[in-house]
Amino acid sequence: MPDKSIIPQLRKQLPAHCVLTHPEELRPYECDALSAYRQLPLAVVIPETTEQIRTILQLCSHNRVPVVARGSGTGLSGGALPLADGVLLSLAKFNRIMAIDPHNRTARVQPGVTNLAISKAAAQYGLYYAPDPSSQIACSIGGNVAENAGGVHCLKYGLTTHNIQALEVFTIDGEQLTIGSQALDAPGYDLLALMTGSEGLLGIITEVTVKLLPSPDVAQVVLAAFDSVDAAGAAVTATIASGIIPAGLELLDKPAIRAVEKFINTGYPKDAAAILLCELDGTQADVSAQIERVKQVFTAAGATAQQVSRDEQERQRFWAGRKAAFPAMGRLSPDYYCMDGTIPRKHLAHVLNRIGILSAEYDLPICNVFHAGDGNLHPLILYDANQPGELERTEELGGKILELCVAVGGTITGEHGVGMEKINQMCVQFNSAELQQFHAIKQAFDPHNLLNPGKAIPTLHRCAEFGAMHVHHGELPHPELERF
Amino acid sequence: MTAEQDIQEQVQTAAAGQTPLAIQGGNSKAFYGRTTAGKPLSLADHHGIIDYTPSELVISARAGTSLTELESVLAQEDQMLSFEPPHFGESATLGGSVACGLSGPRRPYTGAVRDFVLGVNCINGKGEYLRLGGQVMKNVAGYDLSRTLTGSLGTLAVLLDIHLRVLPLPALDLTLVQNCSAATAVENCNRWAGRPLPLSAACHLEDRLYIRLSGMAEGVQAAATAIGGEPLDHAGHFWEQLREQQLPFFAGDTPLWRLSVPAATQPLALDGEVLLDWGGAQRWLRSKLPAAAIRSAVAAVGGHATLFRGGDRSSTVFQPLQPALLALHQRLKNTLDPAGIFNPGRMYPEL
Ligand SMILES: Cc1cc2nc3c(=O)[nH]c(=O)nc-3n(C[C@H](O)[C@H](O)[C@H](O)COP(=O)(O)OP(=O)(O)OC[C@H]3O[C@@H](n4cnc5c(N)ncnc54)[C@H](O)[C@@H]3O)c2cc1C
Repeated sequence: MPDKSIIPQLRKQLPAHCVLTHPEELRPYECDALSAYRQLPLAVVIPETTEQIRTILQLCSHNRVPVVARGSGTGLSGGALPLADGVLLSLAKFNRIMAIDPHNRTARVQPGVTNLAISKAAAQYGLYYAPDPSSQIACSIGGNVAENAGGVHCLKYGLTTHNIQALEVFTIDGEQLTIGSQALDAPGYDLLALMTGSEGLLGIITEVTVKLLPSPDVAQVVLAAFDSVDAAGAAVTATIASGIIPAGLELLDKPAIRAVEKFINTGYPKDAAAILLCELDGTQADVSAQIERVKQVFTAAGATAQQVSRDEQERQRFWAGRKAAFPAMGRLSPDYYCMDGTIPRKHLAHVLNRIGILSAEYDLPICNVFHAGDGNLHPLILYDANQPGELERTEELGGKILELCVAVGGTITGEHGVGMEKINQMCVQFNSAELQQFHAIKQAFDPHNLLNPGKAIPTLHRCAEFGAMHVHHGELPHPELERF
Repeated sequence: MTAEQDIQEQVQTAAAGQTPLAIQGGNSKAFYGRTTAGKPLSLADHHGIIDYTPSELVISARAGTSLTELESVLAQEDQMLSFEPPHFGESATLGGSVACGLSGPRRPYTGAVRDFVLGVNCINGKGEYLRLGGQVMKNVAGYDLSRTLTGSLGTLAVLLDIHLRVLPLPALDLTLVQNCSAATAVENCNRWAGRPLPLSAACHLEDRLYIRLSGMAEGVQAAATAIGGEPLDHAGHFWEQLREQQLPFFAGDTPLWRLSVPAATQPLALDGEVLLDWGGAQRWLRSKLPAAAIRSAVAAVGGHATLFRGGDRSSTVFQPLQPALLALHQRLKNTLDPAGIFNPGRMYPEL
């Protein structure tokens, strides 16, 4: 039984409504968007002031109770999965936009503000916050920083790490640090980079200063059809090689197009083997010139049909299919599992073909809808968790896909994070010295390993156990470790 | 033995003997940071481009690779390092540029060197070889340590290989000049930056504002009409002289301060000559004022000041850190360089 002595201490220090302990109150927090992993925490705390955050952290630190931060719980890797002996710290009440500075083009916001709310508030100044995860109506900026979230437009405008300037962070001891600055850089080490994507393992983010960009005058989309995935992949490479960086460049394969078309009518060419959505934005003069160039490139790459959005309504319609892709899969199949490997673009065709072969081997259908411009794959494995063994098979297939990404020089996760989900594949991507370095960094921030322990960076023992099951090319990973 | 193994061995030996090392690329930026003493560890023999496929927009090169060579290889493919690293000498290397974390005129509009670092291979102070980040655009596996090593002045690890994102060269660059005060320049640059204009540099000097526009010809021409000003001939030379600190403003030995402030900050009342760069976000100050006066004026507007050239190089040249933050820096340094052998004191006396 976990030690519950922290609960009365929390109750003593916080208003009653800020501490939840009944199982039915805890239930909504038992998982993030990776619902295959579930766990009730000891308690959920929902502070309303930074002083309360400090109190909670000091109590947990003093009692050596783990703390898992939670923004909106839209994470796809189990990052916000509670721990049975830990406290879940919800930042939901921190939902205020503190200030927008249109001259310096920044906004200071609390961590629970949703990604889209920032752009909405900045719109009156002709500005917006560029990273746009598909989950942007729900996900929190704190969660975005913790995951270094990306979006459709990060090909041109960068990830979260490129679009933030400063953070207010609480350490596990309740000490407040300002990381980064209100200027473009800060003295000392770039801790802003280290915090971004740290999945709640290094500190609790209590305020974020984001950069705002001017909204483009116009954005238009070229929708192009191809008769093979290879040709679409080659068109992606040719576009980038032509010197154009589109605002977004997304690929849907045939199974994905079919699924989307059953769900909503987008007018995507149903007989295409793959389609590309290529968005160009800027001033009208620039966009018109780029569209002509992109159309030429696509034609040369063998596009079988092309359409350019004529107005904002049509642009939205082209994107609607891409945005509906995940819910559409949800209709097609009882469950789906979204992978997130990233590869050098030149290996796109090879990797997609290999994924097709693996799909057949495991007898599980896979749809591909992804950020082709930056090589970030999102294979969606369709499965049914109620069929005995299917979840396990799915996870094994997912693991194989990630290992394939690493083998071609890529990474196991481009934007969704490691969390609980990809913890084993971390052993494939990194060796013992690298993992130990990561653990040492965590210790420098969190000496008693209380912030989201067990996530993101696997222990060497875990890798040894995993390695025992996954011997590659006859080489045992982490050979220096004892096997159990 | 490869240059890499040789470097690794030198680090291991130094760690065992607790011998300080002074890491050197081309030694072109030896003036920058605090003075440090140590046995020279040269990266000059570890050079060359490892991988470059232009359509990937990624280049991987060894730390000792000459910056000039790297830029000319990219230029042949109409690509560039869009953070426009200052060279400060013909011997400048990629590793030194990344370690110093310096970016040129384009920085406020396309990003700093840290924004383009995708990954590094390095050797930590225990002599361990680490691969951090990678060659792909998006990568959130493990802590983003390669960006933290960027700008760490060689105090955390020896950079061996660096993977960088590169960008296509713009089809057209056009520089316009307007006569105006510094206050007007700050005001205008930040107003323009709030509109979707293809700005790529903005600097103000001696009552003249220089604005560079870059992109496709159509967009650049349209923006030039909107902004106005006289086109500048040989503008490439001007921006290079600014980047390399070869303009007359930079001559002489009055201490040169770099002030990093929120871009729209009105001109600061500090005695000395001022050149505004980065649309106001980076300001160069020639001044003999005491450090404390400069630092407090800059801190009051949310910025920080660096004694960039001249003055006392054994003083605190970078803005002092809050005690809790400094303690965290020390703990972080200790994880990578427990024996304290890498460039001791180059950044802060305590690191
Ligand atoms: C339909 C759908 C589409 C998606 N599309 C994208 C996409 O396009 N791009 C993309 O990058 N992601 C996408 N995601 C994933 C997810 O939305 C992002 O990872 C998002 O950043 C998570 O934010 P959140 O507020 O929900 O965080 P949570 O899920 O609540 O938490 C995520 C992690 O951040 C930590 N954390 C949260 N808040 C804080 C804080 N204040 N301080 C410290 N740590 C904190 C948590 O401990 C956890 O480790 C998608 C998810 C869904 C369900």
